[in-house]
Amino acid sequence: MGAWAIAVHGGAGVDPNLPKERQEEAKRLLTRCLDIGISALRSNLPAIDVVELVVRELETDPLFNSGRGSALTEKGTVEMEASIMDGPKRRCGAVSGLTTVKNPVSLARLVMEKSPHSYLAFSGAEEFAKKQGVEMVDNEYFITEDNVGMLKLAKEANSILFDYRIPAVGTCGAGAAMDSPLQMNGLPISVYAPETVGCVVVDKQGRCAAATSTGGLMNKMSGRIGDSPLIGSGTYASELCGVSCTGEGEAIIRSTLAREVSAVMEYKGLNLHEAVDYVIKNRLDEGKAGLIAVSKDGEVACGFNTTGMFRGCATEDGFMEVGVW
Amino acid sequence: MGWAIALHGGAGDIPHSLPPDRRLPREVGLRHCLDVGIAALKAHKHPLDVVELVVRELENYPHFNAGKGSVLTSSGTVEMEASIMDGKSKKCGAVSGLSTVVNAVSLARLVMEKTPHIYLGFHGAEAFAREQGVETADPSYFITPENIERLKQAQDANRVQIDYTQPVQKEAKDAAATIPNGDSQIGTVGCVAVDSEGNLASATSTGGLVNKMAGRIGDSPIIGAGTYANHLCAVSATGKGEAMIRGTVARDVAAVMEFKGLSLKEAAAYVIDQVPPGNAGLVAVSSTGEIATVFNTTGMFRACASEDGYSEVAIWDSPLK
Repeated sequence: MGAWAIAVHGGAGVDPNLPKERQEEAKRLLTRCLDIGISALRSNLPAIDVVELVVRELETDPLFNSGRGSALTEKGTVEMEASIMDGPKRRCGAVSGLTTVKNPVSLARLVMEKSPHSYLAFSGAEEFAKKQGVEMVDNEYFITEDNVGMLKLAKEANSILFDYRIPAVGTCGAGAAMDSPLQMNGLPISVYAPETVGCVVVDKQGRCAAATSTGGLMNKMSGRIGDSPLIGSGTYASELCGVSCTGEGEAIIRSTLAREVSAVMEYKGLNLHEAVDYVIKNRLDEGKAGLIAVSKDGEVACGFNTTGMFRGCATEDGFMEVGVW
Repeated sequence: MGWAIALHGGAGDIPHSLPPDRRLPREVGLRHCLDVGIAALKAHKHPLDVVELVVRELENYPHFNAGKGSVLTSSGTVEMEASIMDGKSKKCGAVSGLSTVVNAVSLARLVMEKTPHIYLGFHGAEAFAREQGVETADPSYFITPENIERLKQAQDANRVQIDYTQPVQKEAKDAAATIPNGDSQIGTVGCVAVDSEGNLASATSTGGLVNKMAGRIGDSPIIGAGTYANHLCAVSATGKGEAMIRGTVARDVAAVMEFKGLSLKEAAAYVIDQVPPGNAGLVAVSSTGEIATVFNTTGMFRACASEDGYSEVAIWDSPLK
């Protein structure tokens, strides 16, 4: 013990045709977020503060699918959700259905610390936000031109598909965006682009924490809740580790993916890397997902069965890596 | 190895002094719902159908905290939630924040079967309900006088009460005049079932915590917390939602069976033991037809039966008959 480690992600499941500049932009953002986290760790901020800080940065930047830059619902609006968990006592907080809260992860933290509950959603969550005096903005603030375009493509893709699982054979003028045969959740990968964000941290005291934030599935039904705010699915932290997941929400929920990593460490005695490998190999079936994790002993690991995951990780001994593939 | 079924009407600090007029209707309800489940299993209905059917019955019964008879939020409204899971496929469905849907568990099933999603909440869930043409009712349908009284007591005591916490005794007056001592809350409901082929399913439904904040989601609609089913077992949990969420209670029973090789009963006991006392209970069945009902509260309204003729309705440690 006694060494910190941090990992961040910007989503599992990357379009192999993603333009180079976009990849570079993503890597720059991940690097910047890692640096923020590393700085905080060097100033001895506890893990729970660091994950919140880093995820706030990811939410504020419009690049990934959280906060500003969130995917749009079928109505063209934004509904955000997030969760945060503090390993030592497994305290947790989660929010869903946010439309005006600038930083969902911070509201999730307030639910954990300032309410008698663990999870608040929709108008109840917004009311709580008002009472807590968190920064609130119009829904339009979160909507980017990029995502308005993506929503259009997603709707076109769905109009081709009768059963959302039938692969789309690129047609209908969607052009180059539909060329890749890769699909996630029934949508072509170029359109699906999960890009949920998350951060896991272990501080020098060996405390683990995790946080995940997202706008959810592009073209989702209003009211749809994914895995990101669900403790045990998208986010989990215990005395042993901190985990944040991303990818196909259904697959993550059915496999209670985040909890699974900690469970195999606890009950099977696997170490972090073994646990992450085991879970990715054996728990996802046909589901596509990825995760980042840290252990109380200062280790960091990531695993994914998708084509790529935007991620970055760093440990106290100077190791640092940012990657897409 | 044959079929087995277990259902609950909530775990909590149910006092042994619970007066007959509070105890008997629940016993009747548990027996009735158990019979419904047994008949369905004997008719070879799939466990997923069985748990939905039984939980619908529990929701319709006003003496349990689900559907009609749900406890009230701090604003005096009802916000219901539920989830359902199929063991073999691990497909699942969940709903939260319902105010007009008569059977939340059935809507959860429709989310599972008719949408590409797993979980819908609040206005989105209500809109989906209308699209699907499920039975809805005016919000007042779900509200019972007992729950109005419970909310008042909770607000007077100024705390959020979990299922079955005994209220602060303000007067030692005629218990029948007000909600009798200890009956401040009624519990979440749930059902688990397995057929002779090892198909497993679980469903849980609730109105939540008395005096909860509007928008509060508990463990019942959260896969892995209140509900879980896989090829090994099916679990439905009840108690203090926040404790079940952090303890991933329903998921852990199956995990402990798989990774530590414990039996269903041992796994259930192990997991409940990890939750602070007074906070949790669960019912579970395994693929081989075993049943477990465990709680670390004073009591848990429950009933269970298996194909070999065993059946039990109970509230505290010893079965009622």
